[in-house]
Amino acid sequence: MRYDSLLDSLGRTPLVGLPRLSPAPTARLWAKLEDRNPTGSVKDRAAFFMVSQAEKEGLLKPGSTLLEPTSGNTGISLAMVAKLRGYRMICVMPENTSAERRQLLEMYGAEIISSPAAGGSNEAVRVAKQLAADHPDWVMLYQYGNEANSLAHYETTGPELLEDLPTITHFVAGLGTTGTLMGTGRYLREHVPGVQIVAAEPRYGELVYGLRNIDEGFVPELYDESVLTSRFSVSSADALRRTRELLDREGLFAGISSGAAVHAALAMAHKAAAAGQPADVAVMIADGGWRYLSTGAYSGTLDEAEARLEGQLWA
Amino acid sequence: MAIEVRIPTILRSYTGGAKSVEGSGDTLAGLIADLEERYGGLQERLVDDSGLRRFVNVYLNDEDVRFLGGLDAPVKDGDTVTVLPAVAGGTR
Repeated sequence: MRYDSLLDSLGRTPLVGLPRLSPAPTARLWAKLEDRNPTGSVKDRAAFFMVSQAEKEGLLKPGSTLLEPTSGNTGISLAMVAKLRGYRMICVMPENTSAERRQLLEMYGAEIISSPAAGGSNEAVRVAKQLAADHPDWVMLYQYGNEANSLAHYETTGPELLEDLPTITHFVAGLGTTGTLMGTGRYLREHVPGVQIVAAEPRYGELVYGLRNIDEGFVPELYDESVLTSRFSVSSADALRRTRELLDREGLFAGISSGAAVHAALAMAHKAAAAGQPADVAVMIADGGWRYLSTGAYSGTLDEAEARLEGQLWA
Repeated sequence: MAIEVRIPTILRSYTGGAKSVEGSGDTLAGLIADLEERYGGLQERLVDDSGLRRFVNVYLNDEDVRFLGGLDAPVKDGDTVTVLPAVAGGTR
């Protein structure tokens, strides 16, 4: 396949069957490999669409500064696009994000502002919103509320899935900004009667929940509950276990949110198999495992990794 | 009849510091009312006039109750209910 430039190669990622993990020949899992994007994660879609939309609206000029609260993948995607388009990139992220993410960001020329680990990504959002208010000339695309995030999936991920898997019965993905599920979910629900849109939400650790006043929680502005048909809370232990199963049984080296999504996808597939219903469950592999190696998630026994990582996987 | 209810840190002041309590009921609403009898003030943190409070998530056996009937979701002995504040994040 040939493209004029790296950004043109965005999307159109492979959908690969998981015959060893699938519970039955008629209840199958299909992994959408989003690590096959320009910077290696699903966020490339959202980043490209958000920047393009901002350019169309005249919000960005050569030398503009982009500011974004991000745990890493969005920052990496935006930093790449910023580099190619001539913008300055500032990322606000929790101080406990993994070393690989910081390294990648710096390689792409991004500047990092660390927010406290306590409060996680939601604290990073607060810090970023304050910085945006203090610097009105900076542009915060704001992945948690920018419709171009979900639109990217409505226009690309959804159609790709339907084209590759016309018999799709379920779409399962991790829930973070909610962009992937909202955009892909909306598209699939418009075109496939009865399709199930299933969110796999990470069970975060104490640090992320700990400081929250229960009335000052955070629900991404993009989130529209009516697009989902179910939402599961997946523990770090289960996410890790499935991530390792993907590697051990299917040879697929995926990131931890993919393990969480596979956990929920397997539950859906088993339920269908038990009911004698066919199922074609597409599951989002948001990134590869590379950016998590330094967390120790893939080293030692599963029990050792679980003990080491409990409460540490998410930010 | 025992249903385990896991309480987030931010609400443990209502349960005397306990991170897990037991209750009974046929629906989530009934369960919350039952807990209110022993842990006064808890109900108001979870529920308002329109139902479950916006920034409170409740999971029944790890599934978000908003997709299982909300406050009318049926609950039974042996179920686990987890209460968590609404947050959104990313991976490390």
